[in-house]
Parts: sequence; structure tokens; C-alpha cells
Amino acid sequence: MELDERQKSDGGKEIVSFRLGEEEFGVEIMSVREIRGWSKATPLPHSPPYVRGVINLRGAVLPVIDLNQRFGEAPSDPSSRHVVIVVQVENAQFGLLVDAVSDILHVTQEDLQDTPDVATGETRAFIRHLVALDDRMIRLIALESIFTPMTAEAA
Amino acid sequence: MDPMEEIRQTFFTECEELLEALEAGLLSIHDGTHDEETVNVVFRAVHSIKGGAGAFELDALVRFAHGFETTLDEVRSGRLEPGEDVVATLLRSADVLSDLFAAYRDGAVPAEDTAQSLLVELSTLSGAPAPAPAAAPPADDGGFAPVPLALDLEAPAFEPVPLDLGGGDDADAADEAASPLRHYAIRFRPKKDLYRRGGEPTLLLRALDALGELDVAVTGIDAADPAALDPEEPCAEWLIGLKTAADRADIEEVFEFVSDDSDLSIEALLGLEEPQAPQAPQAQEAPASAAPAPEREAVPPPAEAQAEQAAPEPEAASASPAPSQSEGQSKPVVAPKATVRVDLDRVDRLINLVGELVINQAMLTQCVEDSGPMNREVATGLEEFHQLTREIQESVMAIRTQPVKPLLQRMSRIVRESASATGKSVRLRTEGEATEIDKTVLERLADPLTHMIRNAVDHGLESPEKRLEAGKSEEGTVRLTAAHRSGRVVIEVADDGAGINRERVRQIAVDKGLIAADAQLTENEIDNLLFMPGFSTAKEVSNLSGRGVGMDVVKKAIQALGGRIAITSSPGRGTTFSISLPLTLAVLDGMLVRIDDHTVVLPLTAIIETFKLQGGELHRLGQGGHVLSVRGEFVPLVDIGSELGFRDRVEDYEEAVILLIQTEEGVRAAFVADGIDDQQQVVIKGLEDNYGTIEGVAAATILGDGRIALILDADNLVERAALPPGETSAAA
Repeated sequence: MELDERQKSDGGKEIVSFRLGEEEFGVEIMSVREIRGWSKATPLPHSPPYVRGVINLRGAVLPVIDLNQRFGEAPSDPSSRHVVIVVQVENAQFGLLVDAVSDILHVTQEDLQDTPDVATGETRAFIRHLVALDDRMIRLIALESIFTPMTAEAA
Repeated sequence: MDPMEEIRQTFFTECEELLEALEAGLLSIHDGTHDEETVNVVFRAVHSIKGGAGAFELDALVRFAHGFETTLDEVRSGRLEPGEDVVATLLRSADVLSDLFAAYRDGAVPAEDTAQSLLVELSTLSGAPAPAPAAAPPADDGGFAPVPLALDLEAPAFEPVPLDLGGGDDADAADEAASPLRHYAIRFRPKKDLYRRGGEPTLLLRALDALGELDVAVTGIDAADPAALDPEEPCAEWLIGLKTAADRADIEEVFEFVSDDSDLSIEALLGLEEPQAPQAPQAQEAPASAAPAPEREAVPPPAEAQAEQAAPEPEAASASPAPSQSEGQSKPVVAPKATVRVDLDRVDRLINLVGELVINQAMLTQCVEDSGPMNREVATGLEEFHQLTREIQESVMAIRTQPVKPLLQRMSRIVRESASATGKSVRLRTEGEATEIDKTVLERLADPLTHMIRNAVDHGLESPEKRLEAGKSEEGTVRLTAAHRSGRVVIEVADDGAGINRERVRQIAVDKGLIAADAQLTENEIDNLLFMPGFSTAKEVSNLSGRGVGMDVVKKAIQALGGRIAITSSPGRGTTFSISLPLTLAVLDGMLVRIDDHTVVLPLTAIIETFKLQGGELHRLGQGGHVLSVRGEFVPLVDIGSELGFRDRVEDYEEAVILLIQTEEGVRAAFVADGIDDQQQVVIKGLEDNYGTIEGVAAATILGDGRIALILDADNLVERAALPPGETSAAA
């Protein structure tokens, strides 16, 4: 309720910000279903390397994406301190393996900046906007480019 | 939903059931396995459809049902012998009825041409004049007499109904010998919900009027103090005298949709036998304890009879005029099993929850086991919990399963249509109608099965001339059977036709470039060419099974249900297609197999046997390949661990566990694993929604410790292993 009103008033939105190494990222709170601790995933055969496998989310089978690896970095070495952000894109749900969740921020339309050209093509596809907050830079993720269920045969 | 629409939907759902009952009845008459009650059931089905259709003003349906009913009545009364031709017409009428119904249900305009020509046929059979459209009861608005209002302010509880029994003498009874008249007093008081749901007493009265002579009075409209009236609360009450040949069930049917929303009483009157009708209200205080039967010979004065005659033995009384009449009433009516209509979503939600419960139960058990030695009460409690969950699960799954009967029945129509389109004479035999299968599977089976049946009639059976030449009966037979076999449902479509012309099949496959001209194929391989995309054996595209949709589509549809299809054929004797399907799409019995630190599930149905590998049974074959000798037969060894990418190919298989697998096609393979952990029923969790499909993996499940295990697709793994090893050869 409160959220809606604020969004209406200034065209802004709430984002959940999280950390991956030294960098800060964010996803729109409306896409986030829940945040949970890391638990061991069951690897999937013939999957892209950044898919850590599937975990049991109260009876649902949830694929978990190693976001670090998805961005072309080294795979994470998840511990119990790591966090999985469960997000929903259209009808599919998946988890994002990240180092830690920082906070929930309110950003306005003016705060959102386009991603500058310096970033490589792939990174630009993943990052929708940049948000400058004080001296922090938060990279707002385009979730649909991170992962979509494959209807075609994986192999 | 709009309440009227809701009632309409209920009517449609019921109509479907009635149509099923109708067809089942007609088929059993056709097969000569019927009894008297069958004819009644058939009659009632058509009648109920007519009644309901009338209420919703589905005129074409009413008209046709009326003509249909008239002919059926002739059959019911024994005046029309249900011979081959008659039953054939009746069956076609049932088809038309179902078409008309489907048109209305789907909001289309019903095509009446076939209906009209069949009506003519029906009327020829029944000997009745060709039913003019106006004969339909609800259509003749003009014929319905205005309701005589009789206001009685003193006796709100009850009022004598003026009932015209003038015609109730012997001569009249003789005239009506075929369907003797009975008298009923009906008291009908709608509650406000009836109006709220769009009910309309006028429609009901019209329907009653269609049953016979009507005498209606309204009471309860107490005008004493209009101001005190609650406008929302209906106060009118109808007292209806009905002289009809119909029985009580017919009357009850009229009120079927409103019985919950009204006070209703239907009394069969003793009128004819009652010598001295008590002159007035005292009657209600003194239930006629004296049996009225002895006075049978007494002819009642053509006077007003008492409506509210206490009638504890209506049956006995009404039984007297003619013997044929008693049949409908005194026959012990088999009470239909009570059923509840439930939204499928709710059932599915329940099934999901029970799935969670099963997992939760397993997790709890594991937790307790891990926490040290168990105290005896806890152990017993857990065991009981386990039993209960399993029982609940089975019961809940059973809600989703339904007998295949309606599906098989629907196919008889397909056979009739295909037969008449191809000019062949075909008889469909069905077996195993009580076999139950998951509703979803059942629904999605209709299309492939339809196609297979058409195929059997069109391609499988020969023309009548050729059959006679081959020394067979002119009439071809298609057998459709369903049965449970080792945890799966097997449905077979068999014809007694010429069998597959393998030479021609092979030639077509060569012509279409599906196989090389010099390919050496076994008979079985040739048969399976039928399932290849783009294969169609019909010389010209017939309007039946043609249209470029081949058996490959059927195969895909079956596979999508987790089923397999196989074909066997012998020249001159016929062809059999056999579909094997999982009982349910929600659980399966699986073997928990360990590979390194991974646990995977293999469906129990695929496993023939398991054993530990001894030395000397294994033989190298080709590059990195092995075959295993199992009692003299060499089967390929499949290292599922490396196939799934869990580990590199192992060189030393000593001490490994072998699971001997047989695919639906009968291909065997030996899967290598590190160990077998357990055997249990697992809840199937799809991967498609959140992830997508994976080669070699059918689905996933959740183990007792909460981890996810993959359910392997054994057939797919065997298929993949048979391919040249992709990754390894590419790397080399």
C-alpha cells in the first residue's frame, strides 16, 4: 500500500540491493519473491556452467544461477553465508546466488541512468540501468536476460 | 458468474453425463446385453435432456429430443422391436443429439439438416406423424392456459386444489391403456434463492403442462397488509393438480434444478380409488390409516378429490389401473452413487499439498533418525504417520483417476462415422471399461485414440468384398481394450484386417526418402516406419485419416503423456496398436540410485533386474564401449554417470552395480551405478516451468532429506548411448 503510493507519487521504485564481490547490484523488489540462505543444489546435466543446479523451495524445483559466473567472473564458492534471491520473471522462478543482500532502496525515475558504452556488450545486456546513490553505484539487473527456461532440448 | 449461466453450465455438465448414459444404453441394446431397465434409462436420458433444454429454450435440441423420445417410447412400450436397423437409427440419433447439444454448449448455431432428416426417419419408426417443430412443448406458448388464481386468505397452510377428475372413469382409462394416467398433487413454494438464481416458476409450469393436464392454483398471496410484505421474500405458493402418463421421476425432473431452492411436495393421489373423499380439511389431521385398496371397484364420483390426501402408499394405489404402469414406480430403483462435482484446480491443489506432506513426513522421519536412538513410542508414531500419509496420498490420487468408459464410448461413434464414410461394415468391441486412469491422461488421450480408430477402420480393415474374398465375415471388427498391466495402463486398438502391407510400406518409405533403397529392415522396423513423420500409406488422401496428420503425431501425443506406443501386425490377421501409459502423472515408483555423491531416481517399470558386476562378464567393444553378457545375450553398457556429465567415463567397472533396463521398444541396456539406496514412491516435480527440458532427465523429485533428485528417462538415455559418443569423439 505504502509502496504503491510512493511509486505513484514520483514514478520511482523500490529495489533490493546486493553485493557480488566488491560490486553492488540491484533488482526491482516487485520481482523478488523471497530471500533465503544457500543450500546445496542438485546439479543438472547438460546445463550451462552458471546454473548451479536446482534446490527445493518448499516443494518447488528452483534453478539457481551463479550470478558471478553469469557475468563472466569466476564461479562463487558458496557457503552458508551466501544468499539466494528468489525472483520471478513472467511465470518462471529462479534463484540468484549472491554474496549478501545489502538493503532496500527507494529510487526515483531521475536516479536511473542508462548504462554507458564503456561496458562490453554482454554486461550491458544484463544491466538495465545504473543508479547513483551518494557515492555508491548500483547496477540494476535486467532479469529476463539472466535466465529464461529453455523449451528447446538442452543438448 | 451470472447465476443463470451457472445453472446453464450445470445443465450442460449433466447433459454430458446423460448423453453418455444414453449411448451406453443404446450400445448395450445393440449388443443384446440389455434388460428392460436399459430402455428406461435411455428414455429417461433423452427425456431429461429435453426437459433441461426446454428450460433454456434450446429449441432445436428440444424438437429433436422430442422426436427421439417419441420413438423411444414406442420401444419402451414394446410396440417397436429394437432390431438392427432401429438401433442403428437410434444410435445415429444419439450422435445428432450430442451434436446439437455441443453446438449449444459452444455457443454455435446448431445445424438442423441432419436432425431434420433423422426426425423423419424416427417418426417413420414410431408411426407418429412427422413431428412439426411446434410440437415441442415449451415452444407452444399459446397452448398454456393462464393460471387460475384462487386466493384463500383463511387457509394459508394448505388449500384444497380443485382437481378435475371428470375423465377418470373406466372408459377413459381403457383409452389410455398404453400409458395410463395418474394424478398428482404438487405443492410448490419457491424460496427467494430460486428467484435470485434466475428461476422462473412459469417455465416449470410449462414443463409440467407438457406432461399432461394441468390444474393450477396459487395461494399465499396474502394481501392483508401489503406494507408488511417483504419484497425480497416470495410468498406465493402453487398448488398443482396434474393428470399425466408420466411417472413421479418425470415430475421430479421438472423441478430438478430448483428443488434446493423451494419447498416441494409431490403426492400421488388416491383419487380413483377413494370412495368417500372426506369433504374437507379434516383429512390432513387424519392420515388415511385404512388402506384404500379394498375399495378398488368403487367408481368415484366425478367430483373434486382431495389434493392433500394423506398418501403414505401412493405406489400401491396408483398401481391398480394397468399393470404396465406399475413397472416404472414399483421397480426397485437403483440409487445412483452420490457424487460431488469439484473444480479440478481444487483437487490438484490438494494433490500438491499431499505431495508436500509426503516429503515432509519423510524429512521428519529422517530428522528423528539422525537425532539418535529412537524411543519406541516415537518410532510407532512415525510408522503410523507414514501409513496414514501413504493412504491419504492414494485416496487423493484416486480422486483424479476416472474410468476409461466414456472415452471408449466416444470411440464407438468414431467407428460408426468412419464406417459409413468408407462404406465398410464395422463392429467395435470394447473391453476393460472400468479401467481407471488419471483424468488429464484420459482427456489428452481422446485425440490420438480417435486418430488410431479412424486409421484402423480406414487403413486396417479391408473393403467388404476383399474380406469375403479372404474368407472373413463381411463385418470387420475393431477391438478397443483397456487394462492395467504392471503399474501402467495399456490401451490396445486391434483390427482384424489384412495386416500391414510391409512391402508397400517399405516402398513408400524409400520413395519418400525416409530410408535408403537398399536398407535392410526387420519386420518390426518396417512396421515402425508408420510412426515416421511425413509417412502416410493411403494412396489418396481420404477425408478420414488423411490430411497429412500421420501416426507420428499420435506417437508424439502419447509420448507427451509419458506413454509409449508399439505396433504388431500379422498378414491377413490384422494389426494391433498398443499404448502403454503411466497411471498418473503425479507419482511413480522409483529406485534411488547412487552415482558418486549424486542420487538419481530410475522408474521401477524400466528396471528388469539389478546385480553386482562380476569379472568376465564385460567385453570391450569399439572405442571406449563395453557390452555385458547377460545369460548369453550381449547388452550395451551405459555409464549413466558420464552420460549425465557427473563424471568422466570410468575404466574400471569392477564391483559396480548393474541395473538391467528394458525400454518400451524392448531394447535392453545395462546401466552402471555405484549403489542402490532405496526403492520408494516419489512425487514427480516438473522441471519445464522453471528450467526447461533436459536430455535424459524426465523430471525431478524431492527426497526425504529435502534434496532434489533427478528422475531419469531410461529410454532417452539408452537412445543417446546408442548414438556415436558425441562429446568424446568430438574431443578426440
